[in-house]
Amino acid sequence: MTTEKIRPLVLEYTIVSGDFAGGGKAASDVKRCLSQLGCQSEVIRRVAVATYEAEMNMIIHSFGGKITIYISSDNIRILCEDTGPGIPDIELAMQEGYSTASDKIREMGFGAGMGLPNMKNCSDFFCIDSGEGQGTKVEMVINL
Amino acid sequence: MGYFHSVTLDKEKCKGCTTCIKYCPTEAIRVRDGKAVIIDERCIDCGECIRRCPHQAKMAVTDTLDSLDNFKYKVVIPAPSLYGQFKKEITVERILNSLLALGFDYVFEVAQAAELVSDFIAGELQKGKFKRPAISSACPAVIRLIQVRFPALLDNVITILSPMEVAARLVKKRLQEEKGFKVEEIGVFFISPCAAKVTSVKSPLSTEKSYVDGVLNMSAVYAKLINNLVDEENMHLLQKANGRGIGWAISGGESLALKSENYLAVDGNENVIKIRELLEMGKLQDIDFLECQACLGGCVGGPLTVENSFIAKKRIKLLIDKYGTKVKGPDNAYQKLSDFAYWVKKLEPREILKLDDDREKALGKMIKLEEILKNLPGLDCGSCGAPNCRALAEDIVRGKGSEFDCIFKLRERIKVLAEHMVELSNKVPPSIGKKLG
Ligand SMILES: Nc1ncnc2c1ncn2[C@@H]1O[C@H](COP(=O)(O)OP(=O)(O)O)[C@@H](O)[C@H]1O
Ligand code: SF4
Ligand SMILES: [Mg+2]
Repeated sequence: MTTEKIRPLVLEYTIVSGDFAGGGKAASDVKRCLSQLGCQSEVIRRVAVATYEAEMNMIIHSFGGKITIYISSDNIRILCEDTGPGIPDIELAMQEGYSTASDKIREMGFGAGMGLPNMKNCSDFFCIDSGEGQGTKVEMVINL
Repeated sequence: MGYFHSVTLDKEKCKGCTTCIKYCPTEAIRVRDGKAVIIDERCIDCGECIRRCPHQAKMAVTDTLDSLDNFKYKVVIPAPSLYGQFKKEITVERILNSLLALGFDYVFEVAQAAELVSDFIAGELQKGKFKRPAISSACPAVIRLIQVRFPALLDNVITILSPMEVAARLVKKRLQEEKGFKVEEIGVFFISPCAAKVTSVKSPLSTEKSYVDGVLNMSAVYAKLINNLVDEENMHLLQKANGRGIGWAISGGESLALKSENYLAVDGNENVIKIRELLEMGKLQDIDFLECQACLGGCVGGPLTVENSFIAKKRIKLLIDKYGTKVKGPDNAYQKLSDFAYWVKKLEPREILKLDDDREKALGKMIKLEEILKNLPGLDCGSCGAPNCRALAEDIVRGKGSEFDCIFKLRERIKVLAEHMVELSNKVPPSIGKKLG
C-alpha cells in the first residue's frame, strides 16, 4: 500500500538587493529540510548550490524579489522572481565566465560568471525568462 | 546504531540550567526532569558542553593511570598540545623525561608521527587524490559534525589516519621488531586534550580497532607532571619532533606542516559550521586545503587542557620558531606509512535529522513542524528544555515533546482555562435561581 500524497511544504523568502549578509538563508533552510527528509547528500549539494546562486544573483544583480521553494516528496521546485533590471541577452549570461559584476563585487569574491551555468547543471529542469527592463524569472526543479 | 561516548553528565552536579543546550552544535542535549540529557545518536563528543557548563557537570570519560598495570611494556604518546601547557622554561625534553618518570617505559611523540602524516598527505594532495577543497580529518569532532550536518562534504575528507593512530602503529611495530615484545604486551597510552579523541579510540571511524590502548586526560596528567618534573641533569634525549609536528597543536599548524599555500584554517564549532555552510553551497572552491578544528585556537583549546588557549598557542608558536619546520624527507613517510595510511572504513553520513524513514511521512512531519513553530513564541528561551523553539517543534513531531513544554503556551492555556472557570462560576443553575444568591 502506498501512502497518500500530501501537499508540498512551501518556504518563502523576500530577497533585498544588496543584502549580502542575508545571502544563503534560503539555501541553508532548504538544506536542513532535505536532511530531515533523509535525502541523498548529492541531491542536498545540488539544491544548496542552486538555491545559493539564485539568492546571490538576486542580491547582486537585481532590484530584489522573492524566492519560493516547494518541497514535495519527489522533487524540489525553486521559483525566483525579481523586479528588474532584467537580462538583455540570456544566451550570453548563461555562458561560463560571463559576468557584468563590478570590480567591487569581484573583490568580495563574487562575479565569477559561474552562477547561472551552475544553477542549470544542478537542476533536472531549468528555465529562465528575462529581458531588458523587465524582471527575471528562474524556475528550477531538482528530482529527489 | 549507538557508539561509545566520552562526554557524560555528572547528574549530581547538574542544575538543569539550560546553558549547555544552547551551545551544542548538533542540538544533542535536552533538559528533562531538571537534568541535562545527552541524546546519544546526536552527540559528536566535541566537548563544547564540558567547556560551557558553569557547574562542571559535564565531563569526559577517560582511562586512568591504573590501567597501565595491564601491560608489560608501557608507552606514552603525548599530543603536541601537551607542550603548550607548560611555561616556556620547561623544555619539551623535560616534559618527555618527566612522563617516563610517571611510570612509562617508552615515549613516542605524536608530533613525530604528525611530521610523517604531513608528508604523506602533502604527497597525496599533490597527486590529486582528494576532492578540493580537501578537508583535514585531524579533529574527530568536526568529522562527526560533517557526518550529521554536512553530508555533501564527506567526499572531501582526507581519509588518512591521524598522527595519534599512526604513532601507535609505528611504536608497536618498532617495539616488536627491536625489543621482541609481543603486541599484546605493549600498552600505548595517548594523552588527550579532548573527549573527541577518546571516542575516536573507543569507537574509531577510520578503522575497526584502534592501536591506542588507553586515553589519558591531559589535565590529570598535567597535575601529576607539574609536581614531579625531573631534574634537568641526567635527562635522556627523547625529543625527535620539530616545529612542523608540534604545530599540529594549533589552528593553522597542519596547513603549515603541509606547506600548503592555498589553505584556510578555521577553529571553533561556530566558525566551522559557517564555513561548511558556504562550502556546501559551492563557495570556496578555489581553496586547496581546509583545516577545521572544533576548539578555538585548535587542540590547545581542547576541553581537557589546563592552560588558557591563547597563552598555549603562543607557546606552541615559540616552539615552532625554535625547532623550525624543516621537511626531513618525504620518501621516508611513504616508506613507513603506505601499508596502512588510509582508513579502512568508509566514511558514511549519519542521518540523525531524518524525521521518518518513509519520505511521505517525513514530509508530513516537516509541514506539521513548521505549523507548530509558527505558533510558538519564537523567543528561543530554552525553558522547555530544548535549545530553541524549532528544536521543540521538532521534538513534538518526533513524539518526544508537547506544546505545553513551552511555558508561554502553558500560561496561555491556563489563562483560557481560568477564564472558563470564572465564566462557569458565574453560571447559576435555574433550579437554584438568582434570589438565593
Ligand atoms: N536576477 C538577475 N537580474 C539581472 N541580471 C542577472 C540576474 N542573474 C544573472 N544576471 C546577469 O547574468 C550574468 C551572469 O550571471 P552568473 O552566471 O550568476 O554570474 P555572476 O553572478 O558571477 O556575474 C550576471 O553577471 C548578470 O549580468
Ligand atoms: S580541535 Fe583538537 S582538542 Fe578540540 S575536539 Fe578537535 S581534536 Fe580534540
Ligand atoms: Mg551569480
